[in-house]
Amino acid sequence: MAAVSLRDVRKSYVADVPVIHGVSMEIADGEFVVILGPSGCGKSTLLRMVAGLERITAGEIAIGGRVVNELEPKDRDIAMVFQNYALYPHMSVYDNMAYGLRIRGLAQSEIDARVQKAAGILELTGLLARKPREMSGGQRQRVAMGRAIVREPQVFLFDEPLSNLDAKLRVQMRGELQALHRRLGTTSLFVTHDQVEAMTLAQRMIVMNAGRAEQIGAPLEIYARPATTFVAGFIGSPPMNLIPREGRLLGIRPEHLEPCAESAAAIIVEVDLVEPLGADTLVYGRVAGSEGARVAARLPATHRAEVGRLALRYDPGNVHWFDAVSGKRIEA
Amino acid sequence: MIENRPLLTAFSHAVLILGVLAVAFPLYVTFVASTLTLEQIMTVPMPLVPGTQFLENYSQVLAAGSTKGSKAAVSTMLFNSTVMALVIPLGKITVSILAAFAIVYFRFPLRNFFFWMIFVTLMLPVEVRIIPTFKVVADLGMLNSYAGLTVPLIASATATFLFRQFFLTIPDELAEAARVDGAGPMRFFWDVVVPLSKTSMAALFVIQFIYGWNQYLWPLLITSEESMYTTVIGISRMLVGGDAANEWNLIMATAMLALLPPALVVVLMQKWFVKGLVETEK
Repeated sequence: MAAVSLRDVRKSYVADVPVIHGVSMEIADGEFVVILGPSGCGKSTLLRMVAGLERITAGEIAIGGRVVNELEPKDRDIAMVFQNYALYPHMSVYDNMAYGLRIRGLAQSEIDARVQKAAGILELTGLLARKPREMSGGQRQRVAMGRAIVREPQVFLFDEPLSNLDAKLRVQMRGELQALHRRLGTTSLFVTHDQVEAMTLAQRMIVMNAGRAEQIGAPLEIYARPATTFVAGFIGSPPMNLIPREGRLLGIRPEHLEPCAESAAAIIVEVDLVEPLGADTLVYGRVAGSEGARVAARLPATHRAEVGRLALRYDPGNVHWFDAVSGKRIEA
Repeated sequence: MIENRPLLTAFSHAVLILGVLAVAFPLYVTFVASTLTLEQIMTVPMPLVPGTQFLENYSQVLAAGSTKGSKAAVSTMLFNSTVMALVIPLGKITVSILAAFAIVYFRFPLRNFFFWMIFVTLMLPVEVRIIPTFKVVADLGMLNSYAGLTVPLIASATATFLFRQFFLTIPDELAEAARVDGAGPMRFFWDVVVPLSKTSMAALFVIQFIYGWNQYLWPLLITSEESMYTTVIGISRMLVGGDAANEWNLIMATAMLALLPPALVVVLMQKWFVKGLVETEK
C-alpha cells in the first residue's frame, strides 16, 4: 500500500491543446478516492496516466514516494480494472488471474495460493475453470477484480468498472467494493460519471470538469459546500437550483425548499411538472417573473402538488452564493 | 423458417440434386476412366461402370508416370505438391500475422504508408508480375528448387489485410491489460493474439493450401527437371498431343490423386474453416 501524489499533472495530445490542465492531489495510504465528472472531462485520462498507459506531458506522479513518470505500467505496482473488464477471452478464469503472476515469475505454489485466496474472497472458487464468455456480467466483473487483487498491488485503479452492469447488480457490486476495500485497505482510485457511486464509495472525491479539478474533498463536504456552479449542478439529483439574484447566483438544494403561504414566500414558482416518487414528490417549474431560471423542489409526499403557482420559502442558512461570471462560490 | 409447402420442398430438392449431379458426374466419369484400359476409354460410348484396371493404373502412375508422355513418378510429384501446398500457407500465415501485428500494435513512421503499399499489391495478380519475379528467382539460382516454388508466393497482401482487420476487432483494453500484467509486445503476441487468431489461421490455411496445391503457371515456369514437377504440372506433361496418343486412363488416375489432398484438407478442417470465416471470438 502506498500514498499517491499528483503534482500539477498535465496532458496534451496535440501541443498547446491541453486536455488535463494541471491536477494536484495527495492521496493518503489506504484512501478510497473517486474521480467524478461528465464524459470527456479527462477523468479516465488522469487515471490512465497514473496507470502508465498514457504519457504525462508535464507534472509528476509519485506512488509510494517514487516518481513513476517514466515507468512502465508493470513497474508501477498498480492493478487496473477496466470498464469492459478486458479479460483474456481464450483463458480460463484461473489463467486470467494467474497470467500476471506467471509473467512476474512467481512460484506455481504461490500463484495457486493467491488465486485461490482471491477466488475465495470473490466467491469464484467454483468458476475457476470457466471461460469468460460462459459467465454473466457480474461474474466477469469479479474476475476482473480478482485479477487485480492477486497482484497485491500498492494501488487499485478502477476505470468505470460498474457501468456495464444493470442497476441492481451495480448496487450490489458497490457494496462488495466497499467491503473489499475495508478488508484489503489498499489505496484505490475509482473513476465514474455516476454521482451516486461517487458519493457512496468515496472517502474523498475529485470533481472534474473540462480537464480541471473543480473541487476535491469528502463527498458530504462537497455536497454541502460546492466550490463552483458546475459542482453544484453536477452533484445532487435533481441538482442545485441556481437563480440569478442581484447580479449573483443564488444556489439552493431542492430539498431545502418548502411550501408556504404566498405572503411568506421567498420565491414563487410556476410549476409545469410534478413527479410523485412515493417517499417524496419532485416539482419542476420556472421562477415567476424571471425569464428562464428553472427550479426543482423536493416536497414531502404529504404535500399535494399541482401544476400552477407554488409559493416556496427556504432557510437563509441553506443558501449558497456564486459569482455569476466565474461561477465560483462566494463565501458569506 | 418453418414452412409447410410440399411443392416448394420438392422443387428445392430437385434443384439441389441437379446441382450435385452437375458437380459430381464429371468426377465420377474421371474415376471410372481411371479404372479402365486405354482401349475401353476409346470405345464409344465409354463405359460408365468402373473397370478392373484400378490397381494397375494407379501403381503405374505412382511409380513411373505415363508410358508415352512424361515418365516422372506421380508419387514424387505428390510429394512436391505437398511441400508447396504446406510451405506456402504456413509461410503466408507467419509473415502476414507478424506484418499485421506490427501495423496494428506499433506506432512507427509511415505505418499507414506501408500498409497501403502492401494493400496495393492486391490489385496486381501474380501473372502481371510473373516475368520480373521469374527474373529475380532465376538470378538467385532458385530455379528447380523448393525455395523457388514457394518463396515468391509467400508474401500475401490478402492474409495481412485479413489479420489486420481481425486485430482491429480485438479491444485495445486487452493490450493494455496485458501491459499492466507485465507482458511485453511479443509475450502479448504469443499469449493473446495468436490464440485468438487460431480460427482465422485455420481458414487461411485451408484457402492457401488449395491455392498452393493448384498453382500451375508458376511451377510450369520455374521447373524444368522432372524431379521438381508438381502434380498439376505432371498432368499437363502427360499430354503428348493428339487425342488418341494420350493415355487417358493414366491421366485420369493422376487427376484423381491430385484431387484427394485438397479434398481431405477441406473435409478435415471444415469445422475450423467455417468458424474462422463466420465467428469472431472475443
